Amino acid sequence: MRFLQTLIDALALGALFALVAMGVSLLFGVMRLVNFAYGELMTAGAYALLLTKDMATPVRIVTALAVTMALAALINVILRPFRAVPPTTSLIATFALSFLLQNLAILWFGTQGSAMEFLPDLNQAFAIGEVRVRWITLASLVIGVVLVATMALILRRTDIGLQMRAAAADFSMARVLGVRGNWVILVAFLATGFLAGAVTLALAVQRPLVTPSYGFNVLVPALVGVVVGGLDRLVAGTMGGFFVGFATVMLGQYLPPDARVFLNSALFTVVIVVLLVRPNGLFVRQTRGYERL
Amino acid sequence: MNRRSLWELGGPTLLILAVPVAGSAMSRALQLQARSILVTTAIVVALYLFIGNSGVLSFGHISFVALGAFAAGLATAPAAVKPTTFPELHPILAQLQLGNLTSLVLAGLIGGVFAFLVGIPIVRLSGLSAGIATFAVLIITNNVLRNWEVIGPGAKTLSLIPTTTGFVQATVGAWLVVVVAHVYQRSRFGRVLRAAREDPSASRAVGIDIQRQRLLAFTLSGTLAGFAGGLLAHLLGSINTQQVFLDLTFLTLAMLVIGGIGSLWGAVVGAVVISTLNSFLAEAERGMNLLGIQFQVPGSTRLVAMGVLMLAMLALRPTGLTASRELAWPFFHRNAEAPVGDRIPDPDAPG
Repeated sequence: MRFLQTLIDALALGALFALVAMGVSLLFGVMRLVNFAYGELMTAGAYALLLTKDMATPVRIVTALAVTMALAALINVILRPFRAVPPTTSLIATFALSFLLQNLAILWFGTQGSAMEFLPDLNQAFAIGEVRVRWITLASLVIGVVLVATMALILRRTDIGLQMRAAAADFSMARVLGVRGNWVILVAFLATGFLAGAVTLALAVQRPLVTPSYGFNVLVPALVGVVVGGLDRLVAGTMGGFFVGFATVMLGQYLPPDARVFLNSALFTVVIVVLLVRPNGLFVRQTRGYERL
Repeated sequence: MNRRSLWELGGPTLLILAVPVAGSAMSRALQLQARSILVTTAIVVALYLFIGNSGVLSFGHISFVALGAFAAGLATAPAAVKPTTFPELHPILAQLQLGNLTSLVLAGLIGGVFAFLVGIPIVRLSGLSAGIATFAVLIITNNVLRNWEVIGPGAKTLSLIPTTTGFVQATVGAWLVVVVAHVYQRSRFGRVLRAAREDPSASRAVGIDIQRQRLLAFTLSGTLAGFAGGLLAHLLGSINTQQVFLDLTFLTLAMLVIGGIGSLWGAVVGAVVISTLNSFLAEAERGMNLLGIQFQVPGSTRLVAMGVLMLAMLALRPTGLTASRELAWPFFHRNAEAPVGDRIPDPDAPG
């Protein structure tokens, strides 16, 4: 029974990391940009929940989503000069932006964490047979599955989805064929903002203590997943995120405590090995001429 | 040594010498800041030796600084207290007791050996992959240092390190690092690596083993970073893993980018100018009196300012304050030779 319980927890964290990973790879697909500042979207959402502590839950949810999407749009504007630069430069730029935003958060809120108390009741468990499942675990799973499916549908079935896939495959060619580049990039940013907001809502229930590095701490493992899965393709990157979330819970449960503290080292060693051996990612068929999203 | 070479080394040397000259006239607190500027310069120049010459980004160099700092710190902290403060520490380390200069050499050696081992796989990567892989190296080093108490103080702070990095050692240390970087980039190896940076395919075609050249630069730069880490430990007197992690990585990269990523002059200018500004803001965060006006800015202002400066520089002038050029003899023969590094080098860019 213990195993089943762990399995469910692992699936839930996997689903959340998959959402974060999806945001990162979506943006990479369209813009060729690894956005370190993605974590700060989640931090912003968390602080929005903190500031609206006394308000009604629906108001808090809408505010958090609005804040993450607005910040995503703002980041789009800030990163505009970095669209046509070498990947090295844009990587330094998003690293700098992430740091800047974290320190702005320190400036405004201090380094001390504050509790935001978002729907704490969801942490209670209900029983299925002998397995006790927390409501938030179920909610995370549902949110994860629904959003990944929705995103996939949007990309496959809608006009803007088609344009995003076109832009991801060949940005300049897509523009020649009438795709509005700026618009597609803005939509991609807004989508990642929305995803970040949704992840924040699920995370906030389980980790109510918000600090300036709240999002960064989630982004780093998710980024591992994206690189391991395959940075270049949405499905592979998302699966990678899921895999890392899943493995984190499983290994955390079954490794001896002495070894558990080195989990991060193990994860990042996998990153280096994958970059060397299969630089396109584990979940990507090594062929040419593919679609990126 | 011709005149141009002399000038290329002379400029950074003068700038480094200016720091203790200006610093020794100031108050005690500011003297500490001036010494820290020199140590930071050493770190940034070490970083430059690899990034600037190879065009490959590294987020991982602060790992070598960290190892150097802990090596020098552990080697000189009093052997009498080490076993009681850090019971898990390996007996060899607990009993190790070196002199100040030997500990700096040890710091450099450890940094170099570690950089060599890490470099063997890492130098195969470039562009985005190199950025992420070196970031991974930073995280792994921090994670291991923080949790493995056999080789270091773990999450605790290592204190009672003799504070021997005075003006003399800081100045000479920073200058030595600059000299090594200068000699390297004027040497056959430095030129070959720069050629590979500008055009990987062409340099492969003339028989350059790019990975081998990068590994040499990576190891050399890791050695300097470790040495600078030793200076840092002896400057602060106490050190913990969080002091040599993301913040320092960000700050040193910001300095390199703002000064000019592609030249030694850029690295030194960036380090001196930005750490001066940084020290000023750090004082202002503590509260200061300027021209009779007492004021204080909130904590972490300086990191916000660094972030804004760095982003603005990257967006508006990606070659930095110095345009990534070496200091040129100002009176004649200006630009006699085509300057290297007019742009931020990128080996992946379509040629």
